[in-house]
Amino acid sequence: MSGAGQRLNVVPTVTVLGVIKTRLVGATKGHQLLKKKSDALTMQFRSILRRIVQTKESMGDIMKSSAFSLTEAKYAAGDNIKYIVFENVEAASIKVRAKTDNVAGVKLPKFEHFSEGGETKNDLTGLARGGQQIQLCKSAFVKAVEVLVELASLQTSFLTLDEAIKTTNRRVNALENVVKPKLENTISYIKGELDELEREEFFRLKKVQAYKKKELEKQLIRNQQFADAEAAAAADGEHGGTVPGRKHKHHHSSQLIHGLSDRLHDLLSKDDDPDFLLVDVNVSNANPAMVSC
Amino acid sequence: MAAAQATSRSSSLIAIIGDEDTVTGFLLAGVGNVDLRRKTNYLVVDNKTTVKAIEEAFKDFTNREDVAIVLISQYIANMIRYQIDSYNKPLPAILEIPSKDHPYDASQDSILSRVKHMFSADNAIRT
Repeated sequence: MSGAGQRLNVVPTVTVLGVIKTRLVGATKGHQLLKKKSDALTMQFRSILRRIVQTKESMGDIMKSSAFSLTEAKYAAGDNIKYIVFENVEAASIKVRAKTDNVAGVKLPKFEHFSEGGETKNDLTGLARGGQQIQLCKSAFVKAVEVLVELASLQTSFLTLDEAIKTTNRRVNALENVVKPKLENTISYIKGELDELEREEFFRLKKVQAYKKKELEKQLIRNQQFADAEAAAAADGEHGGTVPGRKHKHHHSSQLIHGLSDRLHDLLSKDDDPDFLLVDVNVSNANPAMVSC
Repeated sequence: MAAAQATSRSSSLIAIIGDEDTVTGFLLAGVGNVDLRRKTNYLVVDNKTTVKAIEEAFKDFTNREDVAIVLISQYIANMIRYQIDSYNKPLPAILEIPSKDHPYDASQDSILSRVKHMFSADNAIRT
């Protein structure tokens, strides 16, 4: 199988996948049609075969009888009749006409004999003696010509059909063994490639999510430390004289931090939503500025 | 007039290469044709005819436009067998015919042997 494992050289995109799928459908349809054509031709071929064998066998008998009638004519009219015959040849009175038969798109020539022109000089051959034998001989040969013409048309059809069947079978096999596997391979390649892209995208999103989670935790720790430091400073301030405004401010910032950490827990419990995470990052980015002021 | 021309154009001749008796018989039937240049559509082969002359005649008949069928006696066909075997055009059709002195031998006919081969293969498959 030369076609197996091969594929077309294409860019793996959804559009190209559609195009290739259409081509595969076309190839399948064409394969079916060609197969039907091949079957029809083979049927015709078989009937022609049978008729050829029959006609060939009958041709032997007819030629034998016509040769015998010629001998009879020679005996009756004398041997020199053949010189008269050769001298009297002018235009052919028996001719063949070629018609074409159409079998599944294959043109088969079909011969048909017909006589043309009435009186020939040969009609008077043997007027002196043996005229009847000569006329019999003539009709015997006309009959032989009939059979031979039929045989010739059968034989020509045989050769033409043989050639046509070979070509059709070659096409059927090419479609079945080369074109279709190639297209199927291409389709599976494109599908695999698209799946791969999807997995990559998913992995990337997961990675981004994990990174953001880590950043948020770091921020939380930093905030906690800051709050601790603030609290320690406040405790110091209470020892060495109170400033009411400042205390108020401390209170405010520690409240803010508590709120933030609550929010973080919220977020951590409902992860897996990248869009939501994006909003979170904005919040966490904004926080240090708020905390520091 | 035009119709007569059309028929004469679409109608073709039967050419004969054979021994004297066979050709005489077919000429009697009215197959023979002699054109204005005294060119005939038949060749009488006797023991003085060379193989070269037969080859020439065969080539001439198969290349003529107005010949649809070439009848050739089987023993003459055997003389130029290689030429007949290499001939593969559908038109004109080559037909081997038996002659009086030489009985018909089906196994020598290039086409009939192919037919017989396929036919027997066909029958073998079917039975």
